[in-house]
Amino acid sequence: MAHHHDASTYYVPEQSKLPLITAFAMFLTVFGLGTWFNGVDSGPFLFAAGFMIMAGVMFAWFSQVIHENRAGLNNAQLKRSYVWGMGWFIFSEVMFFAAFFGALFYIRSISLPALGSGNNSELLWGGFQNDWPLMTTPDMAVKGGEAVHVGPEGNMSNPGIAGWLGWLPFWNTTVLLISSFTVHFAHTALKKDNKKLFNIWLGITVALGIGFLFLQAEEYIHAYQDLGLTLSSGIYGATFFMLTGFHGAHVTMGTFMLLVMLLRSTLKGHFNHHDCFGFEAASWYWHFVDVVWLGLFIFVYIMS
Amino acid sequence: MAHGPAHGLSRWLYTTNHKDIGSMYLWFSFAMFFLGGIFALIIRAELFEPGLQIVEPNFFNQMTTMHGLVMVFGAVMPAFVGLANWMVPMMIGAPDMALPRMNNLSFWILPFAFALLASTLFMQGGAPNFGWTFYAPLSTTYAPPSVTFFIFAVHIMGASSIMGAINIIATILNMRAPGMTLMKMPLFVWTWLITAYLLIAVMPVLAGVVTMMLMDIHFGTSFFNAAGGGDPVLFQHIFWFFGHPEVYIMILPAFGVVSAIIPTFARKPLFGYSSMVYATASIAILSFMVWAHHMFTVGMPFIGEWVFMIATMAIAVPTGVKVFNWVTTMYKGSMTFETPMLFSIAFVILFTIGGFSGLMLAIAPADFQYHDTYFVVAHFHYVLVPGAIFSITAAVYYWLPKWCGRMYDETLGKTHFWLAFIGLNLTFFPMHFSGLAGMPRRIPDYNPLFANWNMMSSIGSFLFGAAQVLFLYIVIRAIVSGRKATDRVWEGSHGLEWTVPSPAPYHTFTTPPKVD
Ligand code: HEM
Ligand SMILES: [Cu+2]
Repeated sequence: MAHHHDASTYYVPEQSKLPLITAFAMFLTVFGLGTWFNGVDSGPFLFAAGFMIMAGVMFAWFSQVIHENRAGLNNAQLKRSYVWGMGWFIFSEVMFFAAFFGALFYIRSISLPALGSGNNSELLWGGFQNDWPLMTTPDMAVKGGEAVHVGPEGNMSNPGIAGWLGWLPFWNTTVLLISSFTVHFAHTALKKDNKKLFNIWLGITVALGIGFLFLQAEEYIHAYQDLGLTLSSGIYGATFFMLTGFHGAHVTMGTFMLLVMLLRSTLKGHFNHHDCFGFEAASWYWHFVDVVWLGLFIFVYIMS
Repeated sequence: MAHGPAHGLSRWLYTTNHKDIGSMYLWFSFAMFFLGGIFALIIRAELFEPGLQIVEPNFFNQMTTMHGLVMVFGAVMPAFVGLANWMVPMMIGAPDMALPRMNNLSFWILPFAFALLASTLFMQGGAPNFGWTFYAPLSTTYAPPSVTFFIFAVHIMGASSIMGAINIIATILNMRAPGMTLMKMPLFVWTWLITAYLLIAVMPVLAGVVTMMLMDIHFGTSFFNAAGGGDPVLFQHIFWFFGHPEVYIMILPAFGVVSAIIPTFARKPLFGYSSMVYATASIAILSFMVWAHHMFTVGMPFIGEWVFMIATMAIAVPTGVKVFNWVTTMYKGSMTFETPMLFSIAFVILFTIGGFSGLMLAIAPADFQYHDTYFVVAHFHYVLVPGAIFSITAAVYYWLPKWCGRMYDETLGKTHFWLAFIGLNLTFFPMHFSGLAGMPRRIPDYNPLFANWNMMSSIGSFLFGAAQVLFLYIVIRAIVSGRKATDRVWEGSHGLEWTVPSPAPYHTFTTPPKVD
């Protein structure tokens, strides 16, 4: 049914093994993680197997979609469906981050003030004082040196505008902001069918993405080694690492997507001004990741 | 795309056809309905009389938890997605869903996810035992090891729901036949459009909250632990931010189904079509602002109680609009009472009872008495059983002839209805009284004071269960040997799905139909 059709007939893809394999790979991945976290020896291997099948099947799936598009099978309607699909996917990602931002706001504006005042503080938590970044946890206020839930020794808070030049998060912000512009320049170049310029701007964007990840890794190493700031450093450590960590994971994804687009453009000669949805989808994702970072920069770094 | 389905098992495994996928969703949901039903009957058997006779208390808790999870995520939600798969493309004149391969992925995740969830019953320490609302720290610090698998099962079924919802939105927004304007869409399509939006908005929040649990359990974070500066109440806020819209996810498509069936058998157009659309949209928007009505007793400040109480009551207004419209549609209609209509009328009456008990619960000071009692159990079963489940049942009777080209047996269908109707009222109506008298929910043993009400409930529940076995028989019998159905099927039916042959061809429309 793939042959002969135009905009007035519908295209429905043939039967496909990809979805079933993907579902199986997802299952194996999470089953592997679950057994791993519960201390079963084979866990990591199951996880690795699931992950590899997943990577393989994703590669096959995307290749097929790209192939169909280049064979001219996708009519305007199907292309619009892909656009809607990507848009709503990004919306779902926004809501995922909203849960973590919501947790941060709730903890800072409701939970900690309640724990640090009145009877809660005096009778339950050894005179615990609310403070942000939270260095002294309620557990420490009660048990001192015996505490299990210990806060960090140092934190990532804002050193004041004068100190920004020596402050990693400031450079991270700069890098990511610039990359949002460069990806936009790439798009503009593509609209004018200037592939050379497109490749250059896209290449710069990918490099900036990698640069960001590099700085982020530096920051984490600094946190773990010099500041005693870890995932388990009380609620500050938890919110800090989960928010920046998930963001970092998304930057990794986004960089990878843009890299694939760069390779498609340079090696395979894909994309021109009216057929570039793969690139556009990746660039929307990139802008989204950028906006999330701005939220992080304001609420996790500056306002602390 | 002239050719029909592939042969053998591969047709189902590799399909990209919305009808195949719809059927798989529906059968899967039916299977889960029975699995969840078995869990429920174990609960009711234990509660038949006071004292501990059949199961251990810990196993009892596993049953309440698994019953809730399986019914919500395994029975009700997939059934509605199955109906959407079958009906939305036919109703809007589309060839299929917008993204057919992803559609099949959304389905096939579910058997894996529920196999994972069900396997926890056989794990060391048993299945999750912390209730379907899995409040921390019961679900973190004090949880059995199987909680990790529960978390991952939720993750992948959430991915399935999000992909399913994206597909439905893309289909509705993008695949309508020329002339099918938004305000001409059948209400079932409208309610699903809004439901899909709710799903995409809140399933990621559920993923977020289970991720925080995972981190607390295995990686030493303290999101829900006050000792590290976290807060167990935070769990409840995030959960219910997902949870309340989730209850509307389970009821909005039901509104759509009933809005299709009542006009058919009243032989009058739906009264107040546009007000139905706006009411659905307002319910969806309000559903994001009422979550803390599940937490009135958690110790919120007065202003919080007040705001959430008023917002919750406000939902009764658009809901009332809907009930009014259904009743007015029937008013002076030339009504007949085929099985789908019986289920739909029961829906209108009994869902309204559930709405009223919801309003009682919404009164914060009164909820201090009702909260965590059987009154809450009565409330949500009235909205879910004669609400969601009855509408799904009505939909199956209504569209089955279109799906398989054969009629069900009307006498058996009516028998099913009356058994289910009596069974469910016998089961859940007494719970209002035991609840008001103070019987707490989620306990395996109780004060003999509540014995009579509980005995009634248990008898009713087995009757209801038997009625569903009859339902299975009726469906199979119709598919195998039912009388041939006409294309219109129902004398009063309207809409694109009735213009195509019964059974509907494998590919309904190859070129867009004309809509005027
Ligand atoms: C007029 C509309 C409604 C109102 C005012 C309302 C109000 C409430 C309130 C206040 C509670 C919390 C009671 C407590 O825990 O003390 C509640 C619980 C519940 N409601 Fe509703 N409700 C409405 C409709 C619905 C619908 C349509 C559904 C599902 C289809 C639903 C499902 C539930 C469930 C599942 C629970 C219990 C959750 C649990 O604790 O396990 N409700 N409702
Ligand atoms: Cu609610």
